[in-house]
Amino acid sequence: MGGNRITRRRFLGVSAAAASSLTLAGCGQFDFLGQRDNEVRGVLERANDLTYRVQRALLGDDWLAREFSASEIRQGQRPNGSTDPTTPEYMFLQQRNFADYRLEVGGLVDTPMSFSLEELRNMPQRTQITRHDCVEGWSCIAKWSGVPLAHVLDQVRVRPQARYVVFRCFDNIERGLTGDVLYYESCDLIDARHPQTILAHAMNDAALPVANGAPLRVRIERQLGYKMAKYVSSIELVDSFADIAGGKGGYWEDRGYDWYAGI
Amino acid sequence: MSAEIDRQDFAVERPKGPLVYRQSVWTRVTHWVWVVCLFFLLFSGLQIFNAHPALYIGQESGFEYDNAILRMQAFNTPEGLRGRTAVFGQTFDTTGVFGLSGPAERPNLQGFPSQLTIPSYRDLATGRVVHFFFAWVFVATLFVWFLASFVNGHLKRDIVPRGEDLRGVPADIGAHARLRFRHGRTYNPLQKLSYFVVFFVLFPLIILTGLAMSPGINAAWPWIIDIFGGRQTARTIHFVTMALLVLFFVVHLIMVIMAGPINEMRSMITGWYRTSPGTPSRKGDR
Repeated sequence: MGGNRITRRRFLGVSAAAASSLTLAGCGQFDFLGQRDNEVRGVLERANDLTYRVQRALLGDDWLAREFSASEIRQGQRPNGSTDPTTPEYMFLQQRNFADYRLEVGGLVDTPMSFSLEELRNMPQRTQITRHDCVEGWSCIAKWSGVPLAHVLDQVRVRPQARYVVFRCFDNIERGLTGDVLYYESCDLIDARHPQTILAHAMNDAALPVANGAPLRVRIERQLGYKMAKYVSSIELVDSFADIAGGKGGYWEDRGYDWYAGI
Repeated sequence: MSAEIDRQDFAVERPKGPLVYRQSVWTRVTHWVWVVCLFFLLFSGLQIFNAHPALYIGQESGFEYDNAILRMQAFNTPEGLRGRTAVFGQTFDTTGVFGLSGPAERPNLQGFPSQLTIPSYRDLATGRVVHFFFAWVFVATLFVWFLASFVNGHLKRDIVPRGEDLRGVPADIGAHARLRFRHGRTYNPLQKLSYFVVFFVLFPLIILTGLAMSPGINAAWPWIIDIFGGRQTARTIHFVTMALLVLFFVVHLIMVIMAGPINEMRSMITGWYRTSPGTPSRKGDR
């Protein structure tokens, strides 16, 4: 077995075969996994349900995301996704510095209500310095201030059959000839009522800039950035998001991203 | 002694050692499951990396200051588009491989070339779906392997190096350098050491750094961020560990080929392994 005369030739042959098998990945053999309705992909996507269930079991409902000290804010918050919405509704509000903005809260609640920015600022506030993790892989630390979503939910009194909170947004993340596609997101009631889940109107001690979601964005600190909808126009309590837009619970989810983004 | 074995290869009747049952079914099945898992984890991981082809040290990524240690980018230059890779402040032209690759008329401005990503085109969502599915299978299989290997003695017999193994390392380095391999009932000292490093260092490290990137796990186990010194450092270590596992794979493959691929493959498929002449027979050998 140990003769090294034949192994050299054999070595060259097999290593050439091995090298060519390495490029197998890129020749597109597995591109079918990118098809959103592919059955195999459907099986692989089930791993996200497992991740969601395991993380919910490991993670106490009120356990906090890491908070940082003021000295750890070393730069501005990097904006991503929409940074300058151009829908007429948004541009109208923006012109008047959001003085006419009202957050609508409805759906499966006893008393649908709407709140001005002034009213939201006069509610109990929370300020937190947290790390924003983008699905792309980068992180950025910033200070966020706003009203805990739990407080707003208590005002409208959520009905027992509600299971998810849906955030509808002003921003036209897609602008096409066939019309605008508006951003939206959703989370479960555990994350919605989490102490660090706030409707933020301020960032790094200033009013929330347009690029970062003015006048109001949500912070869901135990998930990735795409869950933290910017330019929130209304909040709706639902028992299922199957009938909303693409039915997957969010703009990116409708395009193949996992609904649970705690990973 | 191995020199004698080599010379004996010329003999008409090659002496053979006993055929021994070396790999249990647990070892074999988990081995091949990992082959599949690591294949998909690697190439879907490079897809995910391409979404932001830079690595940093610290809690966050510096956009207004520089804490990057690696960055792959395409640049417009007087000679046209070029791909560049910066490592620890040194910039290299990596056109065609990193930063810029693909056909000249339709270049891909991305970190790793599409031959090394699943899917071959840019699709972070699918990269993540594939990565996390196989990450679960990988971890579950590792759990099964540790349990089975502890119970059946594989861990103690073949993986954890003993004093005599460590003392035998210098001689074994010499034997490997001369491409003389002795096929015994268990692994040689360098094999034990490399498998030990894979199972007790690289696999735990790549799993923990992967978990350290999860914002949910960060809240559940805050220490996981502290042991690595920040989420972005964890991401960098995840990448470096990947590179070390690829290095292990290359060396592992070369060793299989050099040591006799038929015999090595047979042992990892059927469990039966032809030992070197002079290996004492035991009950159960063929």
